[in-house]
Amino acid sequence: MRNRRSFIRQSVAAASALAFPLVGGAQPKAIKIGILHPVTGALAYSGQQCREGALMAIDDVNKTGIKSLGGTKLEVMLGDAQSTPQAGTAEIEKMNEAACAAVVGAYASAICLATTQAAARYNLPHVVDVGVADQIVERGLKNTFRFGPGYRTCAQIAMSNLHVLNTAAGKPAKTVMIIHEESLFGTGTANLLAKELPGFGYDVKEVIKHANPTRDFNNIVLRMKAVNPDIVIPANYYNEYALLVRTMQQQKVAPKAIYSVLGGAASSYKFLKEFPDAADGIIDCNHWFNPKDKRALELKKRTEAKSLYYSYEVFNTYTAVRLLADAIERAKSADRAAIADALAASTFNDHFMPYGPTRFENGQNTGAQPLMTQVIKGDIRVIVPREYREAEPIFPLRS
Amino acid sequence: MNFDILFASVLNGLTTGAVYALVALGLTLIYGVLHIINFAHGAALMVALYGVYGLKTVFGIDPYLALPIMVPAMFVLGYVLQRGVINRASHGKDENILLVTLGLAIVLENLALLAFKSDTRTIDTAYTLTTVQLGPAFIALPKVIAFFGALLACAVLLTLVTRTDLGRAIRAVAKEKLGAKLMGIDVDHVYAMSFGIGLACLGAAACFLLPAYYVNPQVGSGFVLVAFTIVVLGGMGSFAGALLGGLLIGVVESLGGLFLGESLGQIGIFAIFIAVLLFRPTGLFGARA
Repeated sequence: MRNRRSFIRQSVAAASALAFPLVGGAQPKAIKIGILHPVTGALAYSGQQCREGALMAIDDVNKTGIKSLGGTKLEVMLGDAQSTPQAGTAEIEKMNEAACAAVVGAYASAICLATTQAAARYNLPHVVDVGVADQIVERGLKNTFRFGPGYRTCAQIAMSNLHVLNTAAGKPAKTVMIIHEESLFGTGTANLLAKELPGFGYDVKEVIKHANPTRDFNNIVLRMKAVNPDIVIPANYYNEYALLVRTMQQQKVAPKAIYSVLGGAASSYKFLKEFPDAADGIIDCNHWFNPKDKRALELKKRTEAKSLYYSYEVFNTYTAVRLLADAIERAKSADRAAIADALAASTFNDHFMPYGPTRFENGQNTGAQPLMTQVIKGDIRVIVPREYREAEPIFPLRS
Repeated sequence: MNFDILFASVLNGLTTGAVYALVALGLTLIYGVLHIINFAHGAALMVALYGVYGLKTVFGIDPYLALPIMVPAMFVLGYVLQRGVINRASHGKDENILLVTLGLAIVLENLALLAFKSDTRTIDTAYTLTTVQLGPAFIALPKVIAFFGALLACAVLLTLVTRTDLGRAIRAVAKEKLGAKLMGIDVDHVYAMSFGIGLACLGAAACFLLPAYYVNPQVGSGFVLVAFTIVVLGGMGSFAGALLGGLLIGVVESLGGLFLGESLGQIGIFAIFIAVLLFRPTGLFGARA
């Protein structure tokens, strides 16, 4: 009796399993996209911001679907890199198994370095949303595309602008202290700055490295007190950036400028809201949207309506996903190689970043550039370059 | 490097050291009585920190006002853990206890990972950014409170151990278990009490730590290494040694960070650890071998 029943049950199950692909085949198949970020661990805040930006972009794309494929929708596969390269690599394996057509991620440079490499083994196209280390696009990987600027570009633009600002103010600043986080992004940026700044006539007094997370910056700030630099340049992630600047405030250290290069909190509405006094006057050379583009401001409103802050993670990842969707549109296919080819030949123009039309060279978008912002009167304003300027720079902060 | 900065760094080290001392006191008490090294000490501190974090974020209870809740709660947790788990599983063998506490640590950390993920969490209070000026140095108010709070907790613990019947029983059990039993002391109860008090120290430490610190599931491991160093430095089972050792280690860590940079700063702690083991294995205040 029991055998017959189970036989019937199994037969029904087998029959429905056979029937399902037929039913599924009748509908347009969705294209699976991997969205991979460090949403837990030390970088959880930034990773979650990235994810939100990606999901908004997917929503927007799915309003019409991929038109060249008859309105096929994008299907999201979320991944958590747990703030480590190893976990990021493991997620790429899963995304490959799940037949994702492409991946967008993975925020931190060290993670991107690992995930792009892992994805390359499967010819899986990987759009890097933030990951500023230049090594990411310098290994000849055919699957890797970065829409935003790398840290060399950012550091060079920051240095030449610092020089312009300082010269215009009568060269009040001569000494510099660099404080950076210990992974690829911070160390790489700091090395570039420390090597090039003397050429502009600045004396780099000290370069200090710290771990993630660091919860006590008293020693570093005490050292800063001893060195007494004119300019402090931080290159680190949000939590440490915020704590560093707050500790400087506690210890009453006030340099002539806090001049961040890719500073984790320097151009962050979150930091501005939580610590308006600490944020006041901070200059940052970082990813930023074209402040004169209405679409950027609309996305800002939408982000804030979700009670989220409109941080660079949100709009960088948003545009990275739009770039990918545009490539799939042009490729007219969900095939990995076709998407990679379409990305390589992309002229994506329908975006609000200050990059101009897209042109990839060895996986790097050549038009990508950071903007210089300063916190002025409780808002983040673009100060350089002139075509995007919203406010005149204030330099030095304290003479 | 001028005097002002050294002074500020030393003060900073002393404030951190006082909390280290409080963590180490719990450890040394448990060692002194139970003669076991409690590997779950760091995990228990992590549990206490999540407790303080939860009280603040869910019920809005200030970390300092959470003291009367956290200290008894951690005491009860310790008592129950010792009587219900550690004592039962040990079957009277010290090496079993070692494994049981190690297992406990792994279980607690992974439960926290499951419940809270590996995110680093902090709380913000009105006084987080407030500083106190002491001569040329500015010290964050939560650190000053932590310093005096930890010293006070140490004083209470010392009084408890030296002046009360329970304290006498604890010392008796620590010195001579069989003798204490013959005198009518309930040894199992004293064991559990010691473990409870050891964890209660962590409850207090967590309340003093969190306003200026953070919590994640791995937070305890950093402390437990430092606490073991302090216990060895001060002498196993010595309260005065743990207090002085804690302050000393705090200052060494702070000055190390100042001169060698944040990444290398902790090297001083472990250099001391090795030096003590080589030249004075009984520690500063340890009983002669």
